[in-house]
Amino acid sequence: MRGPAAPLFLARAVYRKRRLRDAARLLPVLGLFLLLMPGLWTAGPAKPSLGGDWVYILVVWAGLIAGAACLAPGLATSEQGTDEDGQAR
Amino acid sequence: MPFNILVMTCLTYVLFLFLVAFAVERRASRGGVGFLRSPLIYTLSLSIYCTAWTFYGAVGYAARSGLEFLTIYLGPTLVFVGWWWILRKLVRIGRRQRVTSIADLISSRYGKSNLLGVVVTLIAVVASTPYIALQLQSISLSFGVFASNTPTGWALPNRDATALWVAVGLAAFTILFGTRNLDAKEQHHGIVTAIAVEAVVKLVALLAVGIFVVWGLAGGPVAMLDKIADFADPANNPDWALQPGRWGGLIFLSAAAVICLPRMFQVMVVECVDEGHLARASWAFPLYLFLMSLFILPIAVMGLELMPPDTNPDMLVLTLPLAQGQGGLAMLAFLGGFSSATSMVIVETIALATMLSNHVLMPLWLWARPGAALSGDLRGGVLMARRVSIVAVLALGFAYFRLSGGSAALAAIGLIAFAGMAQVLPALIGGIFWRGATKTGAVAGLVTGFVVWAYTLFLPSFGPDGVISAQIFQSGLLGMDWLRPRALFGTTDMDPLLHSVLWSLALNAGVFCAGSILSFPSPVERVQGAAFVNAFDAEATADRLGWTQGQAEPEALLNMAQRVLGQDTAISFFETEAAAQGKAGFLPDLTPAFLAGLERRLGGSVGAATAHAMIAQHVGSTTVTVEDLMAVANEAAQIKEYSTRLELQQDQLSRTARQLHEVNEKLTQLSVQKDAFLSQISHELRTPMTSISAFSEILSEADLPGPQVAGYGRVIHDEAARLTRLLDDLLDLSVLENGSVQLNLGLANLGQMIDRALALSSQIRPDRAFDIQRSYPSEAMFLHTDADRLVQVFINLISNARKYCAAAQPVLRIAVQQRGGRVVIDFIDNGSGISKGSQSLIFEKFARLSVQTRHEGAGSGGASSGGARGGGAGSLGAPGGGSGSGGAGLGLAICREVMANLGGTVTYLPGQKGAAFRVMLPLRLEDKRPKPGLATLS
Repeated sequence: MRGPAAPLFLARAVYRKRRLRDAARLLPVLGLFLLLMPGLWTAGPAKPSLGGDWVYILVVWAGLIAGAACLAPGLATSEQGTDEDGQAR
Repeated sequence: MPFNILVMTCLTYVLFLFLVAFAVERRASRGGVGFLRSPLIYTLSLSIYCTAWTFYGAVGYAARSGLEFLTIYLGPTLVFVGWWWILRKLVRIGRRQRVTSIADLISSRYGKSNLLGVVVTLIAVVASTPYIALQLQSISLSFGVFASNTPTGWALPNRDATALWVAVGLAAFTILFGTRNLDAKEQHHGIVTAIAVEAVVKLVALLAVGIFVVWGLAGGPVAMLDKIADFADPANNPDWALQPGRWGGLIFLSAAAVICLPRMFQVMVVECVDEGHLARASWAFPLYLFLMSLFILPIAVMGLELMPPDTNPDMLVLTLPLAQGQGGLAMLAFLGGFSSATSMVIVETIALATMLSNHVLMPLWLWARPGAALSGDLRGGVLMARRVSIVAVLALGFAYFRLSGGSAALAAIGLIAFAGMAQVLPALIGGIFWRGATKTGAVAGLVTGFVVWAYTLFLPSFGPDGVISAQIFQSGLLGMDWLRPRALFGTTDMDPLLHSVLWSLALNAGVFCAGSILSFPSPVERVQGAAFVNAFDAEATADRLGWTQGQAEPEALLNMAQRVLGQDTAISFFETEAAAQGKAGFLPDLTPAFLAGLERRLGGSVGAATAHAMIAQHVGSTTVTVEDLMAVANEAAQIKEYSTRLELQQDQLSRTARQLHEVNEKLTQLSVQKDAFLSQISHELRTPMTSISAFSEILSEADLPGPQVAGYGRVIHDEAARLTRLLDDLLDLSVLENGSVQLNLGLANLGQMIDRALALSSQIRPDRAFDIQRSYPSEAMFLHTDADRLVQVFINLISNARKYCAAAQPVLRIAVQQRGGRVVIDFIDNGSGISKGSQSLIFEKFARLSVQTRHEGAGSGGASSGGARGGGAGSLGAPGGGSGSGGAGLGLAICREVMANLGGTVTYLPGQKGAAFRVMLPLRLEDKRPKPGLATLS
């Protein structure tokens, strides 16, 4: 029922695009990890103040936005080949 | 600031929004929607996520519990920066299936079940009503702020009256711009643009207040940071301490909510004009959230520092500038808050009204008047249902606002709504990523989650003795301790929100999975499941399913479609479809594809479930069965199998062709050999005949002396004997080939037979000293076979070696081994062997190899001694024959026939550094033996 089998190996451009997509998927995981850090600090004895936490979170947040902004154009161009993308999944 | 000016400003602003929406609708109707399709508008419309809860409530939240308010914006950030492929799939499905709401998506996924649509609608309404009430409350509160602040003391406006007027105004706006058209894919451009404008206003307002607070009041960012650090010290503010559990839990909850909230679904999926916009929004929307929440903590800190302790922290955004005498800034902030509240209410109302009308009112109407789908103005009915729903939703919100007294903190209500809508998450995510998710599982999971949420969070939010009695709080439902609303299953020490989210979602997901695994989906569910999960695959097969050839009249369907879609749209749709089928006119054939397309088209207006039901009224009940599914699947599988079979056949054909080619070559060779053999045999026959005729002529003519006569007579006799032997050989071969040979079976010692063969063949080229290597112990065995015939074969092989082994010191090795019930005897010499190309020919009857390949005339025996009958075979082409180049090529052919008759084989054994022949035969030959060799020979 499936279409023609997806190719086993890909050309360099498509390969890079796939890895870019992987990076985009991992970004939230990294973000979640970094954002959960303040919760762990609180438990420790030598915790920084909440003011420090606030600045830290804002910096991580800005970093995530910048990361997404860097990744998004590359992913947007793959929109043309969506069908190919979808089948590969 | 005079209240009149406030009201005037407010009305002017609203009028401005009306004008914007109106102008955009006008432009859109003329087709000029280019700028509306920009990612900017899309991103700004997503800011519907930031309601009055953000604008006012976040500051209050921050004032109460420190950094925790950030979680509400961090969750969506995480979803958008990397996991928008989930959203992209939703958008793709939404576009392909013409989804009108989140309830429609779920009902459509699970077999167009209206029951699920109703369940999701119910959850959405229950979870959103307090949220809408919250917006009304924030507007009336903000009016109240200005009123109480006035020195001239104009009459404090009635709080309820304000809210009521706002609700009425919102209803009017929503009805005016939200029900202009029915099809979900004809988006509400006017409303989306108005929301985008409002998004800018609220961002600018909050940023303005924030900048004023940081630079105007605190004296710069550094001083601000000091103040925050001071405030955030747990010694000063113990409530502000970060609670790790709530921190993580709320990030998850807000991430779930941004996918599931009806208004977010509305702007994100339903109003989405281009999938590519999601890529831009992936960072632009988090940036918007970032900017919105950047100044919230400073505003809260400064507010707490500067304002009297009894100030409502939820209103700090307004009261702080007012207290500082910044009337204009307060006005801007007021408009920002007003924008946040109104835009949320408008979109939420549209989303809920669509669900209510498509899943509750329309089915009810169709059920109450079964003929309605066949006659009457359906389009008007649907629009009316939607308008009624809008009024009903706003009325519900207003009623909740009146009843709750508007006392609860804004943030608490928002989180309760989040947790409520998050119940949809398992069914939604499961539905688009798991084909095995079924309607039974989805319904069970949703109901479980909803009930647990209501029992542990929603109903307790009314306070002890509000809905749930204090006694139940204390001792649990029906006196069961483990059913206490705030401590299910003994989890006593958990935060109430976390507790509810954990249990409701865990039980929801668990029941959903279990129900899905244990139940069997209906065919429509399976079709839809495949279409949803494989949304990115090329056009799913679902189009070909759903309806078998209908019995309905196309005209009746056109009638119905006209009443739903409007006359022009319906007619042009039918015309296009007819043209696609290659028919002239307006009435296409009712193919399954057409019916599926029509259903989707109708679904865009009235929801998948209703559209399905309406078509079912015409075409008959749902006609797709598992068998139909299988048939379609089989069709594809058959085609695939057919092509595979063709490939196989092609392979087979080419293989056969190759074989034929080989056989043909062999035949050609054999034919050539046969000719050569015939000339050889004629020559062989002729030589003795010539001698005989010549000598007999001499004898008859002259009277010769006695001794000479005797000598000539002997010559004649010898030549006649040679002729006889030759003819004997040919006869022998023919008898062997026919299989009519009489075997003389008996027990014989293998070693003795080899001895005999060696002795009999020793006269061939007696000048050559052969080194015979034997292994006597292995030869010591008895065979039950025809000993004479076997010896004949041995003689032939040994003679061959003697004649043709070209080595200076010729060696012949005879190896015997026993394998199972068979004996293997190898004759291996140390000559140059037989070339690979000739190996297949040497056993043919007329084989005579060319000079280059060593064993020329390999078939000839040449033992002139008679010995066994086989000796005769060896005599063919004996040196005395005069040809000088060997025999006529019958020896090995006879060997093969003999072995076949003995139930064994003789083969050439390659790779032995010399010519090597392997004789294999059974230890014991039964009288009724099989003749494997014969079949291949004839």
